[in-house]
Amino acid sequence: MTTMTIAKAINEGLRAALTDNPKSLLMGEDIGALGGVYRVTDGLIREFGSDRVVDTPLAESGIIGTAIGLALRGYTPVCEIQFDGFVFPGFNQITTQLAKMHARSNGNLTVPVVIRIPYGGGIGSVEHHSESPEALFAHTAGLRIITPSNPHDAYWMIQQAVECQDPVIVFEPKRRYWLKGDVDVESPGRADDPFKAHVLRVGTDATIVAYGPLVPVALAAANAAEEDGRSVEVIDLRSISPLDFDTVTASVEKTGRLIVAHEAPTFGGIGGEIAARISERAFHSLEAPVIRVGGFHMPYPVAKVEEDYLPDIDRILEALDRALSY
Amino acid sequence: MGTHLPATEFDGTAVDDQREADAEAVMGEPPAQMVQLLGPDGKLGFDPVYTGYAEKLTPEKLQGLYADMAAIRRFDVEATALQRQGQLALWVPLTGQEAAQIGSGGASQPQDYIFPTYREHGVALTRNVDLAELLRQFRGVSNGGWNPKDTNFHLYTLVLAAQTLHAVGYAMGIQRDQKLAASSAAASQAAGTESEAAKPNAAVIAYFGDGASSEGDVHESMVFASSYNAPVVFFCQNNHWAISVPTNVQTRVPLSNRAKGYGFPGIRVDGNDVIAVHAVTEWALEHARQGKGPVLIEAFTYRVGAHTTADDPTKYRESAEEDAWRAKDPLARLEKYLRSEGLADEAFFAKVKADGDELAAYVRRTTHDLETPDIRSAFANTYVEAHPLVAEELAWFEAYSAGFAGEEPAEERHAVTAQASQKAGH
Repeated sequence: MTTMTIAKAINEGLRAALTDNPKSLLMGEDIGALGGVYRVTDGLIREFGSDRVVDTPLAESGIIGTAIGLALRGYTPVCEIQFDGFVFPGFNQITTQLAKMHARSNGNLTVPVVIRIPYGGGIGSVEHHSESPEALFAHTAGLRIITPSNPHDAYWMIQQAVECQDPVIVFEPKRRYWLKGDVDVESPGRADDPFKAHVLRVGTDATIVAYGPLVPVALAAANAAEEDGRSVEVIDLRSISPLDFDTVTASVEKTGRLIVAHEAPTFGGIGGEIAARISERAFHSLEAPVIRVGGFHMPYPVAKVEEDYLPDIDRILEALDRALSY
Repeated sequence: MGTHLPATEFDGTAVDDQREADAEAVMGEPPAQMVQLLGPDGKLGFDPVYTGYAEKLTPEKLQGLYADMAAIRRFDVEATALQRQGQLALWVPLTGQEAAQIGSGGASQPQDYIFPTYREHGVALTRNVDLAELLRQFRGVSNGGWNPKDTNFHLYTLVLAAQTLHAVGYAMGIQRDQKLAASSAAASQAAGTESEAAKPNAAVIAYFGDGASSEGDVHESMVFASSYNAPVVFFCQNNHWAISVPTNVQTRVPLSNRAKGYGFPGIRVDGNDVIAVHAVTEWALEHARQGKGPVLIEAFTYRVGAHTTADDPTKYRESAEEDAWRAKDPLARLEKYLRSEGLADEAFFAKVKADGDELAAYVRRTTHDLETPDIRSAFANTYVEAHPLVAEELAWFEAYSAGFAGEEPAEERHAVTAQASQKAGH
């Protein structure tokens, strides 16, 4: 076991991927000498050279589009998008080209491109630097979307994304980049499947599903609830597409109550999809409606008021009270 | 015939000429020079650079270029007819652009990789793509149709210019392959073992049109290609119309001039002159394969027909303009040249016609037989690796379908129910 931050774990995971797969390469803005604006790729250009750690021109469509071409030639590009709100110039290449290439070629072509996107708020930053656009990508078939919440998962999930033959978007919880934790670099252990959810805390009265930056918040809320005598189960979704409904269903069949928390706006979000699927799969187990905790239907607000926007422990506890009141 | 004719002397459309001349005056630049070797009168001119490439074209190769242009024109007529008969949902005709496509595709080598847009049926022919397979997309039975790995001819891309970035990325991959091969050869030498035979250098061609030249992806692809000196040839067919919008709305300078801004050569070539197109493309591909970086070629040509079979050019352009361009027909001028130089006889042209009819018959026959896929193949091809949601939805679909075993389709069932309701007086 080694203790490291999420940012360092991704750095080490990328180093391992570059070492294991000579056809893998990193591409993005400022990822070379600077090591990325969050230093996630720090030091890698010295080790692997500028053909494998590529500082690109400042153009997101160009990054994704050329990554697709490299993949068609047999390479495995790992693209860094500098911030969540800057992925949209590359949205066309991701949704109309990358996601569909395998299908439209009748299975003849594969494009194993990985796209890393630091996402989410809580860092007091300017416009376009705090968004959670995962639902926009989850709606697109052909993409896989994962999001680690701790260093061990981060270390293994980035490598699993590189190994995957489908395009994978890795949403990295940027306000947790400096969260420390134990990493077993010898074995993934139960993190051997990046598309499976993990039950992080066992409980019997209600289930909280969260992912990425809200996982520590959900755990804190569950601990607070315990002081009031409530036994709350917490699930870290880890993968948004595919979504591990089996794990969530099994939990709800036990607890009867479900709260889904994410930073993204609730309308049209992942929470709504989970609510719909769970109401189909576990209708007779539900003691209360599935309750979503998330952002409001507004552009991400200015930094000085983001605390009122982001779900926190109290917002989750309020939802828990509502669920338990049925 | 003159060489490097200014576009303004060549272009049959006076209005376009004037607009372009005005734009050039604004920019303070001379008119774009256009490479032309074989003029509309069928006489061969001279060019200090490209004549050397043209001279490599043997009589057999010239006959082949003519035969390919004739074949693809015949195919275009047949595909248009198939669309009119309801056998194809849509057709994208190429007539008028045969020289631009056969000349450029014909200059490529097997190891090169081609990224077409969606009108490059002529290039597909030069890459030995089965033309019946090419019709799958237009019949609605595939979004691809052929395996690009068989011919190094990528799938058609309908989102304008998206493929120009794929082309540059692919070229960046070729660069890395060459470095990996070099280091592997060096390692073998050091170890005293036998290294793999060196593969010939490859280049990439990215096709796009004057309309797509306005897309941001063209700009980004040229920036990336320039930054990394990628072995890619940008081949722009300026056919003068982006559906109903003329080229001067896309650009106020000759498109080939844009290359200057990216720092690589830009060449305007007479796109109806198959000899010049072949020569210029061969030069550009050599340039790229030798590691000298990208080239932009603007083939100055004309879409004689409609944008697609759903389009009506009479709404937006004059037939006089079409007539002016028909006078520059790429096939007619090569035929004149082959006949006047004694490079092809009557029997050759008769055979070309007979081969064309045979191709048309083959396309007619095979189009009817193109298999409609099972939707299960769409479930299978959405992801490479197993995906639980896809598996769940497929299982539902199978169970749902099984429920109809032995029943007639829903439309018929409902029609019967409606009739029964009427009879019952509802």
